[in-house]
Amino acid sequence: MRTLFKFHGGVHPPGNKAQSTQQPTAVAPIPAKLVIPFRQHAGEAAKPVVQVGDHVLKGQLIGEPAGFISSAIHAPTSGTITAIDIQPVAHPSGLPDLCATLIPDGRDEWVERKPTDYRTLPADELRHLLRMSGIVGLGGAVFPSDVKLRPLRDHPNKDIGTLILNGAECEPWITCDDMLMRERAAEIVQGAEMLRSMLGSREVLIGIEDNKPEAIAAMRLAVADSGLPFEVVAVPTIYPGGSAKQLIRVLTGLEVPSGKLPTDIGVQCFNVATVYSAWRAVAHGEPLISRVVTVTGNVARPRNYEALIGTPLTDLIALGEPLPDTDGYIMGGPMMGTPLPSTSVPLVKAGNCIIAGSKKLFPPPPPALPCIRCTRCAQACPADLQPMDLYWFSQSKNFGQAQAFSLFDCIECGACSYVCPSHIPLVQYFRFSKSEIRMREQEKQAADRARERHEYREFRIEREKQEKAERLAAKEKAAAAAKPVEPPVVATNPDAAPENTAQMKIQAAIEHAKEQAAAIKPKNTENLSAEQLAEIAEIEARRARIRETAKSDVEPPKE
Amino acid sequence: MAAFFSPFISKPDTVAQIMLRVMLALLPGIAMYVWYFGPAILVSIALASVTALATEAAMLKLRNRPVAPFLQDNSALLTGWLLALSIPPLAPWWLIVVGTAFAISISKHLYGGLGNNPFNPAMIGFAVLIVSFPAQMTHWLTPHGLGQVELGFLDQLRYTFLGSLPPGVTLDAITMATPLDTLKTRLHLDESVKQIFDMPIYGRLAGQGSEMVSLGFLAGGLYLIAARIITWHVPVAYLGALFATAGIFHLTDPAHYVTPLFHWFSGAAMLGAFFILTDPVTSPTTNKGKLIFAAGAGLLTYLIRAFGGFPDGIAFATLLMNICVPLIVLYTQPKVFGKKHPSGKNGGAQ
Ligand code: SF4
Ligand code: SF4
Repeated sequence: MRTLFKFHGGVHPPGNKAQSTQQPTAVAPIPAKLVIPFRQHAGEAAKPVVQVGDHVLKGQLIGEPAGFISSAIHAPTSGTITAIDIQPVAHPSGLPDLCATLIPDGRDEWVERKPTDYRTLPADELRHLLRMSGIVGLGGAVFPSDVKLRPLRDHPNKDIGTLILNGAECEPWITCDDMLMRERAAEIVQGAEMLRSMLGSREVLIGIEDNKPEAIAAMRLAVADSGLPFEVVAVPTIYPGGSAKQLIRVLTGLEVPSGKLPTDIGVQCFNVATVYSAWRAVAHGEPLISRVVTVTGNVARPRNYEALIGTPLTDLIALGEPLPDTDGYIMGGPMMGTPLPSTSVPLVKAGNCIIAGSKKLFPPPPPALPCIRCTRCAQACPADLQPMDLYWFSQSKNFGQAQAFSLFDCIECGACSYVCPSHIPLVQYFRFSKSEIRMREQEKQAADRARERHEYREFRIEREKQEKAERLAAKEKAAAAAKPVEPPVVATNPDAAPENTAQMKIQAAIEHAKEQAAAIKPKNTENLSAEQLAEIAEIEARRARIRETAKSDVEPPKE
Repeated sequence: MAAFFSPFISKPDTVAQIMLRVMLALLPGIAMYVWYFGPAILVSIALASVTALATEAAMLKLRNRPVAPFLQDNSALLTGWLLALSIPPLAPWWLIVVGTAFAISISKHLYGGLGNNPFNPAMIGFAVLIVSFPAQMTHWLTPHGLGQVELGFLDQLRYTFLGSLPPGVTLDAITMATPLDTLKTRLHLDESVKQIFDMPIYGRLAGQGSEMVSLGFLAGGLYLIAARIITWHVPVAYLGALFATAGIFHLTDPAHYVTPLFHWFSGAAMLGAFFILTDPVTSPTTNKGKLIFAAGAGLLTYLIRAFGGFPDGIAFATLLMNICVPLIVLYTQPKVFGKKHPSGKNGGAQ
């Protein structure tokens, strides 16, 4: 038996997972129209490589990666591209984005697929294959997987000893990973071996919360069948035990240092669905064009569906048959998901679950009372923060203090809000503060740039004056040289000295400005890895809308 | 689905429920009180409740705050109950009314209301009363079976509201100094602990009757811990520190210093350990901080009891430690996940 470790805090919200696991995953029918966003992953949006009117085959590339952190987008079925334009998407920011509209021809005709034996390909070609197959993290972050499989830039020889497969699925209601593990365990295990070989890991741990005995049994069986030395570990069911850093801690006892990545402690972590898609991409030549999505909540037929990316959510919801008192939909789980402004948006790679809501299932919270410092939030916080203090700083817009008290280590899991007896939307305050700090930081940088420009201009004018004076002096000197003995205008190095002083001054001014900027810079927004930057961009976009909707609600109770 | 952001679910706990359960946990102690000292305490609790709610409502109105949600949070009621349980039950009606009104209006609302008061309101109320009306604060009822006379419920009511006693009965005949007080006075008269304890007012652990009330509070307190309404930190540290300090003195000179158990079951030690020092608003938020805070209060309680001028030390120990809370919290921040250091003062700068 492996010794498991604990992380601080966590909560036990009702699981509500049984509803959607009564029946096997069904294949959702091909809809009449697909809308495929070009930005479905963290990083740069894909660049369209098809035109309106093009006929495309299932699995054909329609958007190519544009940038280091980017991924490919494919046609989920065969048909005609009828539009490439800005459409509303399920992006949590609510902002519309560039999409291709595809009218299926009903033949569902595949492009030529090239199954590959991964053992015959060098790692960099495999990575390229994954990138061109649109493989991104399906656990929610949609970070391009090929980037996570690159050798470590700083120390290429430092190895990643442990590969962790995240099958914890700790959010209530969501069961798509559960069903995938029950039904397609063998391929997940194959995929894990492929990724293990790419990373050169010695150990593979598959973490599954112990509220999923069927998935654990299926995965154990698949591992035994494969003869691979992987370990399927049943981890205690506790939210947010499926958060990567928390799962790593439970399985290995290691804490990913604040602001660092798991690879810094020799661990890499992939969601089971991602591993499955990676395997399909390589072994079957099938790019990521569908995913399993849970349709549950206030519906008559909760179930998991394998649905094509781009399927309008309305179609998926209709399969579940929402009950009459349904009054809204959540994308994702009830702890970290976002409300859907509209159901006409398409399914994207990040879409793991659609929950129909009603007053009964998700009753509106009672009005918030002042914090009574009961510390239930601190007892629940998996990041060992003191949410009531962060709340106090956020509410009083004391962002510097909030940062000093590790605001940016908050993983926005919502456990604190969940337990607060005063029903303060704590995590909402933290999202707000973080985005506020980032915005100020951006403004600050813009101001700094403007100041630098201004200082440079001053410097240039000064230099021009100087040069003029020098030219004059040189002329005079020449004239003087023609004359007999006259004291030289400038004793030594006539052209360098004055300019140097001016330059030094300006340099000093710029340096000073930079220092100031550095001093005020939020600690957690510097030296970020590409992965983190992409994540931030993602979250930032989500906040744009949150700020709008939340403005009225999050006004602190006036005291 | 009225929420616009996650989480869309929350635990069904509310402030009102938490306060209500704390009040429920007081019931065993109150029951003991009634059993040994008669129903006078119920009258004080009722008076305190009415005053607390009325003052709370008036202050909310004055401060232009919504009255209903705050009046329903039960926090003012709890303050009133705690104060009623800390002062002599047989007292003129205005004593508890003045104390409660002061606690709610000055020490709670003038500081910003629920959640914002640095000092424990009930203890402020107590401190104000003992400073302003020391005489009334020393007439404690004699437990059942020990006094020369015993007052019926109606007689108790008549005294509370009209200030009149049945003919021939003096206040001294029905009240006494607390066992803690008696102990202190007699020790000054150079009697030994053993001699003093032969007095009928002393029971097995501490004062007759009052020791049972303390046991009642202990039972309620253990329920609070079991129900996860409070954590173990404050009671354990408080009682631990009180026990340790009293124990050291007792070991050095048993004739002059009573046993630590006597201190545990005397006065408001149990009430303080589980119900007063655990007030979330006025105690530290960090676990380490709670230990320091409560241990400090335990030490102070002992020092005030043994060497100070007041009969019991809980109120002043609590208030003194309340002052230290912000500092304690600042220096006891826990280590953050993935960091080597705590946040804030020490670790914020990394
Ligand atoms: S749970 Fe809510 S009331 Fe309790 S300390 Fe945290 S923020 Fe304050
Ligand atoms: S949302 Fe942030 S502060 Fe709240 S429990 Fe999660 S990590 Fe802690």
